[in-house]
Amino acid sequence: TMARVLVGVKRVIDYAVKIRVKPDKSGVVTEGVKHSMNPFDEIAVEEAIRLKEKKFATEVIAVTCGPTQSQETLRTALAMGADRGIHVEIPADDYVKTGPLQISKIFAKLAEQEKANLIILGKQAIDGDNNQTAQMTAAVLDWAQGTFASELKLEGEKLTVVREVDGGLETIDLKMPAVVSADLRLNEPRYATLPNIMKAKKKKVAKLTAKDLGVDLASSIEILEVADPPQRLAGIKVENTEELVGKLKEAGLV
Amino acid sequence: MSTELKHAVKQLYKTLIFIGREYPKGGIYFRDKCHAAFMKNKDVTDPAEIKMLISRGEYVVKELEALYRLRKYRTLRKRYYDSETFEETMLKNIRYFDEK
Repeated sequence: TMARVLVGVKRVIDYAVKIRVKPDKSGVVTEGVKHSMNPFDEIAVEEAIRLKEKKFATEVIAVTCGPTQSQETLRTALAMGADRGIHVEIPADDYVKTGPLQISKIFAKLAEQEKANLIILGKQAIDGDNNQTAQMTAAVLDWAQGTFASELKLEGEKLTVVREVDGGLETIDLKMPAVVSADLRLNEPRYATLPNIMKAKKKKVAKLTAKDLGVDLASSIEILEVADPPQRLAGIKVENTEELVGKLKEAGLV
Repeated sequence: MSTELKHAVKQLYKTLIFIGREYPKGGIYFRDKCHAAFMKNKDVTDPAEIKMLISRGEYVVKELEALYRLRKYRTLRKRYYDSETFEETMLKNIRYFDEK
């Protein structure tokens, strides 16, 4: 059997942008800030496309959840090579309160609807850093899960995943259907070129709401405060090793 | 210049401007440099030379893609993997010398 792959893509603040916290500490400034696809999701998309190119998958469906602008991210996935897209539109006000649990319920519903047997997601998004959606999706569906994948091999019903674990690698076999989360070393994602972005405009994108899927977006988590990381103080120059040792002793480091 | 070559040059320019939007020094900086490079060769008429210049431009596109990929990979590695390991190793080394 061949895989039908669902791949998740999230629109996040671009990795190269310096993040600014709102003065009222309710969140980060997103207005007028460059956004792009979560880098770990690019890796997930690349892996899904490679499975199709190697004839292990019949179809790659890219899914995004979020406000209207999320469609741009979906277009990037289509330009990279996904066959079609699904945009689960969540209004901006609701979206800030939406967490991995709600998103995983959406993915689970879509997987059933689209008869997918493999879901590939980025291991985490660089905005929320939750690292939960893949695990929760596997749990909601009661599917096998291979998280932090740095290698993936599909043979019939068997999916071999090499996982990045603390200080080493773990190889596991999963029985399909399964959920995989992509780690940084899984592959090098291709660039969405201009002609491919143009061509992607012709690809189909279905628009749905969480309600259409019967998913309740209510969350029991409330964000109390968002704070900047502690500021790094400027360093000093030392003239020689004696001075260096002296300074290190002063700081209680040696 | 034949229409075919004209089209290829235009396409290359568009591709470069598109990919240049992500240039570390900014899209405007890149666009100015790119424009100047094209203008420098505006009087070239020899088809063989035009083809050579196009392939050089295509090479720049590939190089930029590789540059962006590496830059992103390195940033993520630093942000999520390396720095902690690095700091841990450093602290371990300091403690090691402390014990000696």
